[in-house]
Amino acid sequence: MQEILQYLFSGITNGAIYAVIAIGFSMLYNSTELINFAHGEFVMLGSLCMVTFFGSMHLPLVPAIILTITCVALAGLVFERLAIRSVKHPEPIVLIIITVGASIFLRGIGMIIWGKDAYSIPSFSSHPPLDIAGAKLLSQSIWIIAIFLVAAVGLQLFYKKTLTGKAMEANAISKRAAWIVGIPSKLMVMMAFGLSTAMGGLAGVIIAPITMSSYDMGTMLGLKGFCAAMLGGLGSLWGALIGGFLLGILEALGVGFVSSGLKDATAFLLLLFILYVRPGGIISSADVNRF
Amino acid sequence: MTSHQTRNRICYAVFSLLIIVAGYTIENPYYIQVLTFIGINTLLALGLNMLMGYAGQISLGHAAFYGIGAYGTAILTVHYNLSPWMALPAAIASAMIVAYIVGIPTLKLSGYYLGMGTLGFGMIVNILFREWSSVTGGASGFIGIPTLELGPISFSSGRNYFYLVWGFVLTSFIVCQRIIDSRIGRALRAIHDGEKAASAVGVDTRKLKLQVFILSAAFSALAGFLYAHLIFFISPGTFSFIASIRMVTMVVIGGMASIWGSLLGASLLTLLPEWLHAFSEFEMVVYGLILMIVMIFLPRGLTRGLLDIYERAVKKNDR
Amino acid sequence: MLLVKRYRSMMMILSVLAIACLLVASPAISASGKKPYKIGGIFAVTGPASFLGDPEKKSMEMVVDQINAKGGIDGHMLEAVIYDTEGDPSKAVMGVSKLINKDNVIAIIGPSRTPTTLAVMPMIQKAKIPFISCAAGNKIVQPIDPWVFKTAQSDILAVAAIYENLKSKNIKKIGIISVNNAFGESGKEQLLSQAPAFGLAVSKSETYGAKDTDMTAQLTKIRQDNPEAIVCWGTNPGPAVLAKNIQQLGLDIPLYQSHGVASPKFIELAGSAAEGIMLPTGKILVAALLPDSDPQKEVLNAYTSEYEKKYKSSVSGFGGYAYDAVKILAAALKNSNGDKEKIREALENTNGYVGVSGIFNFSKTDHNGLSPEAFVMVKIQDSTWKLLQ
Repeated sequence: MQEILQYLFSGITNGAIYAVIAIGFSMLYNSTELINFAHGEFVMLGSLCMVTFFGSMHLPLVPAIILTITCVALAGLVFERLAIRSVKHPEPIVLIIITVGASIFLRGIGMIIWGKDAYSIPSFSSHPPLDIAGAKLLSQSIWIIAIFLVAAVGLQLFYKKTLTGKAMEANAISKRAAWIVGIPSKLMVMMAFGLSTAMGGLAGVIIAPITMSSYDMGTMLGLKGFCAAMLGGLGSLWGALIGGFLLGILEALGVGFVSSGLKDATAFLLLLFILYVRPGGIISSADVNRF
Repeated sequence: MTSHQTRNRICYAVFSLLIIVAGYTIENPYYIQVLTFIGINTLLALGLNMLMGYAGQISLGHAAFYGIGAYGTAILTVHYNLSPWMALPAAIASAMIVAYIVGIPTLKLSGYYLGMGTLGFGMIVNILFREWSSVTGGASGFIGIPTLELGPISFSSGRNYFYLVWGFVLTSFIVCQRIIDSRIGRALRAIHDGEKAASAVGVDTRKLKLQVFILSAAFSALAGFLYAHLIFFISPGTFSFIASIRMVTMVVIGGMASIWGSLLGASLLTLLPEWLHAFSEFEMVVYGLILMIVMIFLPRGLTRGLLDIYERAVKKNDR
Repeated sequence: MLLVKRYRSMMMILSVLAIACLLVASPAISASGKKPYKIGGIFAVTGPASFLGDPEKKSMEMVVDQINAKGGIDGHMLEAVIYDTEGDPSKAVMGVSKLINKDNVIAIIGPSRTPTTLAVMPMIQKAKIPFISCAAGNKIVQPIDPWVFKTAQSDILAVAAIYENLKSKNIKKIGIISVNNAFGESGKEQLLSQAPAFGLAVSKSETYGAKDTDMTAQLTKIRQDNPEAIVCWGTNPGPAVLAKNIQQLGLDIPLYQSHGVASPKFIELAGSAAEGIMLPTGKILVAALLPDSDPQKEVLNAYTSEYEKKYKSSVSGFGGYAYDAVKILAAALKNSNGDKEKIREALENTNGYVGVSGIFNFSKTDHNGLSPEAFVMVKIQDSTWKLLQ
């Protein structure tokens, strides 16, 4: 029992990370029908910026987080303006190669700025781990889940309550209809990009204390986040949440009851399963809109 | 015989002549080896180009078939003492069977979903190569793959291997050209332009897509076979997700739906890292930039892109 | 005409590219009257194993400069040609081919990893060129290939050092966790195969991915059997994550790490979680703590101070592999007049060379040439290394 609880805690910690990354994918897909293969690299940028601001420059926690997310979002905006918007015929294959190119480029930039070493930063607070029925929940895990919840609720409020958020959602549903009622579609896409990369940066921020940050950390995180987004249903905020936690927990249980060597296979087996059986993801009821 | 076919024949005659001349004149084994690698990569790009360029189906997991070809021959020749020439059809057949089984559910998907499905498949196969260590040698890799021999000819020396690889490339080019010029080729292009329209005019899209998927898997497995007997050592890293992405990049940079584009893409992607050594620390940055810039400005690949520029220049001169 | 045009433009590009390729080659410049000895280096300077390749490249360049400053070898200057493998076997093969056929080097040092080394070995055998690998795997020198040597300590010795320590503490049951790449796999094999000889039972053997963010699930599984110690086999940063997880789970049993984390970086990454961790390492990390009578002390101090002066970064044990390799090669080059067979013979007869990674005694049956004394066990205490007896 204690073991199962511990697996669950481990799964929830990883799951929250996957969920934050998956939200980034989903938001972007929603507004632009684009999958950003460089998303994992924005997570890396967030993590390493956090190392610089919080670890080396010793800024207080909140300004460091805000500064990091701003930097990453700015990098995302620059990327959108220079690379994505310049594409004349945005076919999936072209966009895939461009974002893959961007991921290599960003990894190179990361290597030049931060070198090839890994870095670690202290946990946001130095509480001892929480002991629940013999299983330990790390204080950073609580931080991760709390920050994740704040971000998720914040996004939900933004989409449902603010005019800009509603405009973005309208743009996502139908670009043409949104344009007719006077919503600037280009600006919306740009904002979606900024928000999506900001979420990537946030994911980087919250994982920096529990894992080690280095220039090549992004690829696997990006892929796992991608699986989580697919699992829950691409384009859905709550789908990303469910997908992320499900993936994290199943991975931990897989390690516990099957084999740790096949841990990474869990994500991709789930992905194939969901694609074959229910391509829209777990929470979608209607058939997916494939293009 | 149409003029189109004549031109094709001239092209292939020139191409085979070039291969022979290159094999004779290039003395340095290093250049021979680079060209051999280009040949193997061309096979990879060609197979994927049939799927992506002509049938319009993306695959982000083709390195799995490359790996099945390489591991297939390694396992059969080392563990079962089979002759490599017996292992070749077996390795290709196993890749085709896997492609058939995976292709049935996967090819129902399209766009990003197809990309994700093939990506997941590629990752799982790669994890199998790594974890099934009693058979595949695990993460440390597989050593002791034998040299190819055909009677008195040993394919250990660079020049013989160069001819072998490019012989396969030439044959594959001709096979692909035949397919493209046939009824099947037209049906494929119809699928590329619009799957629903194609099926409306009576093209069995599901069957055709599956056939092309299997064909491209076979080319990748052939490349894997040649790679394994060239290096005598394979490890899972060579057939990873990154390798799949590299294959897609070769096709797209070279030019989709272009046989010669596969050659160009494979050559560039093989040679590029060699030149980028000069940038040392900046190598990755430059590589990423090149990918992005080519795709932004020449989204149809270099072959078509340069051709367009050339045609535009010609038009200007005519005026 | 479309096809012909396409063909033409393509051939044009290719020929331009081929010429560019030829132009990149830089001509060798000889400073003294005699032709320089060209030696090749091939390391994972970038990519996942850059923590090995980067210091190896720097160390090689450093020794070569030193030797040249002293007038070279028999009046021949040394010239190092170094390529990057990125840890990729295909790139390693291309690089070695280039070194042998284009740069015409007389000996090759590297690669940094076991798979890249195994991939290039068939070429070395064919070209018959002296080759000193910097990778840990035991498969490199067993079976012995006449042309292949290696300076990195084998994991056999590292495992033996850990197990000696466990035995002295009367520990009978251990859990293993290793990284799922070649380094971890090779370590795991050794850990499992040597355990019975030391009276150890391995209750669980788990793996983790090099980029995993959390390993509490694996640890929970290992914990079920109540092992008396945990041995982790990996390279930074994974083992630091593991150390943190062990601390967070409140697992109060000794943790042993491999020599793969033997650098100050590990203590920095693991922070307070590093306290009490034991690991085998070459003597480089504890050079200052060694008794003056230790034969390696002088070499270690010289290497450390030179490296830190030149590159302004702290020294790790990994650069020492290349440092030793060049030094041994330089000794073998003396009086060889660049003859490869002579160099090979001289290498094989290297005896009592005191290096950074240990004292090397190569012979016909041993191309690694290190004894268990090459490793010492250290414990991390107060954020620094402490020598264990």
